[in-house]
Amino acid sequence: MRLLTGNDLKTGAVIWWTGRDWSLHVEDAADVGEAGEAILQAEEGTRRVNTPYIIDGSETPDGPRPAHIKDRIRALGPTVRPDLTLKPADPAAGDWVI
Amino acid sequence: MYQYDRYDQAMVDARVEDFRDQTRRRIAGELTEDQFKPLRLKNGLYLQLHAYMLRVAIPYGTFNSRQMRKLADIARKYDRGYGHFTTRQNIQYNWIKLEEAPDLLAELATVEMHAIQTSGESIRNISADQYAGAAADEICDPRPWAELLRQATTFHPEFSYLPRKFKIAVISSKEDRAALRWHDCALRIVRNEAGEEGFEVYAGGGMGRTPFIAYQIRDFLPSGQIFSYLQAILRVWNMHARRDNIHKQRMKILVHDLGEEEFRRQVEEQFAHFLTLGTDFPQAEYDRIAAYFAPPPFESGLSDDIDLSDPDFALWVDRQVIAHKTPGYAIANISLKPVGGIPGDISAEQMDLVADLAERYSFDEIRATHAQNLVLPHVRKADLYTVWQALDAAGLADANLDLVTDIIACPGLDYCSLANARSIPIAQKIAERFADATRQRDIGELKIKISGCINACGHHHAGQIGILGVDRKGTENYQLLLGGSGAEDTSQAKITGPGFDEEGIVDAVERTIERYRELRTDGERFLDTYRRVGMDPFKEAIYG
Repeated sequence: MRLLTGNDLKTGAVIWWTGRDWSLHVEDAADVGEAGEAILQAEEGTRRVNTPYIIDGSETPDGPRPAHIKDRIRALGPTVRPDLTLKPADPAAGDWVI
Repeated sequence: MYQYDRYDQAMVDARVEDFRDQTRRRIAGELTEDQFKPLRLKNGLYLQLHAYMLRVAIPYGTFNSRQMRKLADIARKYDRGYGHFTTRQNIQYNWIKLEEAPDLLAELATVEMHAIQTSGESIRNISADQYAGAAADEICDPRPWAELLRQATTFHPEFSYLPRKFKIAVISSKEDRAALRWHDCALRIVRNEAGEEGFEVYAGGGMGRTPFIAYQIRDFLPSGQIFSYLQAILRVWNMHARRDNIHKQRMKILVHDLGEEEFRRQVEEQFAHFLTLGTDFPQAEYDRIAAYFAPPPFESGLSDDIDLSDPDFALWVDRQVIAHKTPGYAIANISLKPVGGIPGDISAEQMDLVADLAERYSFDEIRATHAQNLVLPHVRKADLYTVWQALDAAGLADANLDLVTDIIACPGLDYCSLANARSIPIAQKIAERFADATRQRDIGELKIKISGCINACGHHHAGQIGILGVDRKGTENYQLLLGGSGAEDTSQAKITGPGFDEEGIVDAVERTIERYRELRTDGERFLDTYRRVGMDPFKEAIYG
């Protein structure tokens, strides 16, 4: 599957295209397939997302997961500060990242 | 230390308002990211993996308690309660919001701080010996020169759109604590036979993708001619730089393409021209700046005795305390390398504590080191125990300066958008493997430096043991290098062989160190043994 991601323009937070909007959670990401480039072009104009790009991912029982380690780290947060990730209360939250 | 005059303050305040307007226009869609990016970078604002990152300049690593408290306030108010000291004596914050960045910069400006020239194709923060003004072995305080050069080059039109970044360091001792020859231009203050002060000048150094150690291009430059000489160096680079190729734009490439002799010849030619222009600093201007760096009012007649009856304190003094030029005083190093911690990270509460200690016990001065530690430069020996107790209570009293756990590490793939591999977890695992204090002291001086990509922010080329993280088909892989040095015996580390995974690199480091312990003779540091026996015995230990 193909995922569209970028950083929120105002906050810099990592965001994922859900098919209708942007989400902080990779689990909400939609498979943009061949439409990714067109969505990217359109969304860049909305001023919500900074430097959007398309990546490879895979569907899992827990939701979409990016293929490359850099985007997996982006999806959750720094591996060395679990307290600063999107799921600080879940010690197993990062098991899929590395 | 230097204090802003009304011109400095006006310039910094105006810059904040410029950036406020630029940010408003970006958020309003009046500027594209391509248009805005160079503007935010000129104000130290990067976009990293998880958020914007702001790098705040700490000129030559010197700051005071008021500034440190403001840095702590910023960590709490605009970030997530901590900051990260870098290998350029700066501090950076990892979780900044673009919409709040102008307010942050405005707050910084209230304590005479900014983020100018911490990014982009400019002359970056000029670094210096972290013990400047305190070191027993220095000829003079190098910081007035660093400040003069900072003022002369900031916003200088010829240096505002350089081919690439340009790094300068200034020291005035034989011992090099600033990685001098790894800089584009490096200055060491010396005295000639007549007792006159001048500079040894080095040019063409740098790490990154193509590492080079700087050549010495001048044995002695009269100190009053330094700005002409620096302009000459920059002019030659500006004229010939490979602006067409991002990998060949740094001055080190030009210096080594032209060759040492030809580069020197062209610099001398330009130098002769600049001397005629009268752009050098008048003596009165040097004196005006130097007055800001006058020694603090040290007490006389203090005892040099230190009560070492507390064994933990004695170990800390033995490792962290350095000789001061003034009797009765000492230089106290504060480790930001607790075992299992993140090299260079410091919480807002710890920043406040260091500010309090500096204010009460170090004439209100703090230093940041390129090795990602802090220094209280002027502590009465009689106060060391009190200082140590306070540091110990705050988790800041590790006694590991220059030992195997005092690891330089870049933020790596945990934070950095350029990185290919994580650096911090490798540093943590090595530190945990060698956590035993007795074992660390037995190993002795061993400087490990880790970078998460070829840009080498973690100085792996200068590591006695260097580690470079690379991306091998989407997987983190770590190359091991041996034999580097950023000290006065500068050398470039060499790769041992095939790389390792995350666990394998820690084992390889341990095998390297154990082989050193087998091979060393009395008094030999790791680097000495490596230089004596060469790479092969270590490769045998590492790869079998």
